[in-house]
Amino acid sequence: MKTAFASMLMASTIIAGVAPAMAEDVSLTIESWRNDDLQVWQEKIIPAFEKAHPDIKVTFQPAAPTEYNAALNAKLAAGSAGDLITCRPFDASLELYKKGYLAPVDDVKGMENFSDVAKAAWQTDDAKTTFCVPMASVIHGFIYNADAFKELGVEPPKTEQEFFDLLQKIKDDGTYIPLAMGTKDQWEAATMGYQNIGPDYWDGEKGRKALIAGEEKLTDPDWVKPFETLAKWAPYMGDGYQAQAYPDSQNLFTLGRAAIYPAGSWDISVFNAQADFKMGAFPPPVPEGGKCFISDQPDHALAMNAKTAHPEAARTFLEWVASKDFAELYGNALPGFFPLTNEKVELSDPLAKTFLSWRDSCEPTMRSTYQILSRGTPNLENETWTAAANVINGTVTPEEAAASLQKGLDSWYKPGK
Amino acid sequence: MTAIATRRPAFRWHIVVFLAPAVLVYTAVMILPLFATLQQSLYREVDNQTVFVGLDNFRTLLGDPRWSSSFWNALWNNCWFFIVHMALQNPIGIALAALLSHPKLRFASVYRTAIFVPTILSFVIVGFVWKLILSPLWGVAPSLLDLVGLKVLFEPWLGDETYALTALSLISVWQFVGIPMMLIYAALLSIPNEVLEAAECDGITGIAQFWKIKLPLILPSIGIVSVLTFVGNFNAFDLIYVAQGALAGPNGSTDILGTFLYRTFFGFQLQVGDPNMGAAVASVMFLIILAGVSLYLFGIQTRLRRYQF
Repeated sequence: MKTAFASMLMASTIIAGVAPAMAEDVSLTIESWRNDDLQVWQEKIIPAFEKAHPDIKVTFQPAAPTEYNAALNAKLAAGSAGDLITCRPFDASLELYKKGYLAPVDDVKGMENFSDVAKAAWQTDDAKTTFCVPMASVIHGFIYNADAFKELGVEPPKTEQEFFDLLQKIKDDGTYIPLAMGTKDQWEAATMGYQNIGPDYWDGEKGRKALIAGEEKLTDPDWVKPFETLAKWAPYMGDGYQAQAYPDSQNLFTLGRAAIYPAGSWDISVFNAQADFKMGAFPPPVPEGGKCFISDQPDHALAMNAKTAHPEAARTFLEWVASKDFAELYGNALPGFFPLTNEKVELSDPLAKTFLSWRDSCEPTMRSTYQILSRGTPNLENETWTAAANVINGTVTPEEAAASLQKGLDSWYKPGK
Repeated sequence: MTAIATRRPAFRWHIVVFLAPAVLVYTAVMILPLFATLQQSLYREVDNQTVFVGLDNFRTLLGDPRWSSSFWNALWNNCWFFIVHMALQNPIGIALAALLSHPKLRFASVYRTAIFVPTILSFVIVGFVWKLILSPLWGVAPSLLDLVGLKVLFEPWLGDETYALTALSLISVWQFVGIPMMLIYAALLSIPNEVLEAAECDGITGIAQFWKIKLPLILPSIGIVSVLTFVGNFNAFDLIYVAQGALAGPNGSTDILGTFLYRTFFGFQLQVGDPNMGAAVASVMFLIILAGVSLYLFGIQTRLRRYQF
């Protein structure tokens, strides 16, 4: 009996030991903060890849967006992070690369399909090494309830004046809350507010680069004006917007209770699933005599964990991510995330198409606080969240908000030195 | 026989064996990390090299105007959080315990359970439930106030700098009032009947009996409850994080030491974490709690009179 048991143990050990060698299945894990996309990855993207590469199994392992950076840093330090790592744009990823956690991807096949601008968010400061394969950008704008607009007989606005006239009209009518936005989560105010309309005032890339070069200050009129405009939004936001969080705003709009939603394009897929009315979109209304700019923000990319146990399989996956096939699959599976590749990609979602069309009609730029300026403490991006929320809440004036931001920036950022 | 009697008593190995698991586990998960954190706060990362900087991190924390304003803001908010708990949670807990221990109260165990249940709920549930209750859009708070004609009193409390911290403190009081209640309740039950009967013979009954006989007897328990509240409050983090996020808005008005530590240590959004400064914040928190507990142990507890029954 005893010997029989022992030989069974032996046998099972041998089988267990041999099994991996026989079937050379490699399994890769992807770290991400896109927990909203879990289903899309599991049902569309991963099966498409595994069909082409049956010997590689892929697991998508997302964390909550606000916890991702902290969790990832801790995992990388402990050596327990996944093989592929979704990259935040700019410094967060650069820091990971500098610490040696990410492998360079310059020699990955397909990297030549990306423009320098697309790669800029995931390069070293001298632009010599790229460490993430760009996946998608997000575009800001305003999504509106087309049925409500029809009912009220109004048209999407083009200029800032038209925008405020429209808000007033919707408010007077009283059926709908004009603007679905709250200040509780703070980032809504900064991202969907300040960074959404801001580029129209600071001339997009020109202003953004001048700020980095130190030629312009946040206290200049071009940078204070967006705050002034934001402050004027407050009367058109719902009752108690101070305690309205981001999901509240989303629900307010998809339930048909609000007319206009200051959006990031990533909201499109959520809204498509939840709203049962027609939706349209318009780019940020331009101020008097201004030009049209949009925030086309590089959002995420994919990198290889430098310490991965399966570098070959990870590289195969990255090559696939750099291909046109992936761009089309991804852009269509996740409407609202726009491929960064130079190849022509066809999107089928009408709302996403509208957003993408602005790349031709407006000048693209990205969020002013992301490149270099959020490198120190206090962090300009995080400070902007608080400042934008305070301005809308009316607890500080636009000038005070701008002054405190510039003071914080001055305390560590000395351009031109 | 005499040989056995003169033999030295054998070393009592069982004591070591029985203590070992607790000592080892406690050392591994509490004492070592504590000293590692204290050590980490004395270092700083310079050009990817960890160098010893002495007390420089603490100098930055308390001396740099930006760091120190965040720190003092978090510390004061934390004190207010504690004050609300001491002023409301513990007196209410004592009052509830006194009512529950009244021999003529019916359904005492039902009340006891109902009041204690929130304590065992997860912070996540409590945070979300209260966020929903107080939501100006879908909450029951505005409609309930409307029912009694007091809608004007409604404010978006959690989004208002003036009220947010107090609102959160009250939520926490609601959640944890069961703890002082249970501890004090147990203390009240352990008062022997002879003492109370003697008091009744002397004509001390009802509310006077509570103030003159019971309260002095449960003072040590109240002391313990206060220390637990102090330690719990200065280590608090979960509720604020769940309800207001790591930035502890609006405008940092609900930022307490726990959330400040989290942002510093792990970073937040574009802010990259700084483990060394984080360790400095954690060390300061440890020192504050240590000071508070020592004050109680050496300053107050030694003066409390204990009664032997």
